[in-house]
Amino acid sequence: MISRLDNEFQFSQTALNLRAYRQELLASNIANADTPHFKARDIDFKSSLQTALGQSGNSAGPLELAQTSERHLQGEGGNRFGATVKYRNEYQSSVDGNTVNMDVERAAFAENAIHMEALLTFVRTQFKDLSAAVQP
Amino acid sequence: MSVFNVFSIAGSALTAQSARLNAVASNLANADSVANSNGQPYRAKQVVFAATPVGSEGGQGVRVTQVVDSAAPLRLQYDPQSPLANEQGYVSMPNVNVVEEMVNMISASRAYQTNAEVMNTAKSLLLKTLAIGQ
Repeated sequence: MISRLDNEFQFSQTALNLRAYRQELLASNIANADTPHFKARDIDFKSSLQTALGQSGNSAGPLELAQTSERHLQGEGGNRFGATVKYRNEYQSSVDGNTVNMDVERAAFAENAIHMEALLTFVRTQFKDLSAAVQP
Repeated sequence: MSVFNVFSIAGSALTAQSARLNAVASNLANADSVANSNGQPYRAKQVVFAATPVGSEGGQGVRVTQVVDSAAPLRLQYDPQSPLANEQGYVSMPNVNVVEEMVNMISASRAYQTNAEVMNTAKSLLLKTLAIGQ
């Protein structure tokens, strides 16, 4: 029974975690809008979610470095959500090497926040449905 | 928790931008300070930003690494009556570029606003998350 409950919320949980992580990355981009040589980063939400849910076409998962010694550094292939962080393409280059485009970042931030709110609403509805089902 | 890191990231940006605004205020206030305590004209201060890791998942905040004196040449003003004038009658004035400072001020205040907004969004998301199951 408990594992079924877990399965019920698995998707929302994974998606929410990824949304929260993307929110953090976008906040980093906005915070560093004036930092010289800072490169804006983002994740591709769709492929990250597929990887995190184990539904990706390639079963290998995120790209990782082979470690032949325990003292090797870990590759930056993915984080604990399995998301691959990529650098954003540059639209207008600036002299100080910064690639943050404020309009793009703010739009992505707002979009991500709305998606996250939608997900939270779905989760609340799921909870309501389940508690309605277990009412005596 | 990633959304909590948003507070640290946006908070570090608020601190950095207010340091920049502080430097602008100091520069504008001293735009005509011919001599400081060392007898030298005031030199414009500029803050240097650098990205700094926040949390363990790759979030990056901002930090002010140093405050540097501007390397721009001092402005020479012809004023032979001044006791500080050199042999040719010129007084070395601070190298504050008022236009540059105003641009810096607008940029810092806009960046501050944006990061405050980011914080507000993160707050409302967290409050919504707290309301799950209610």
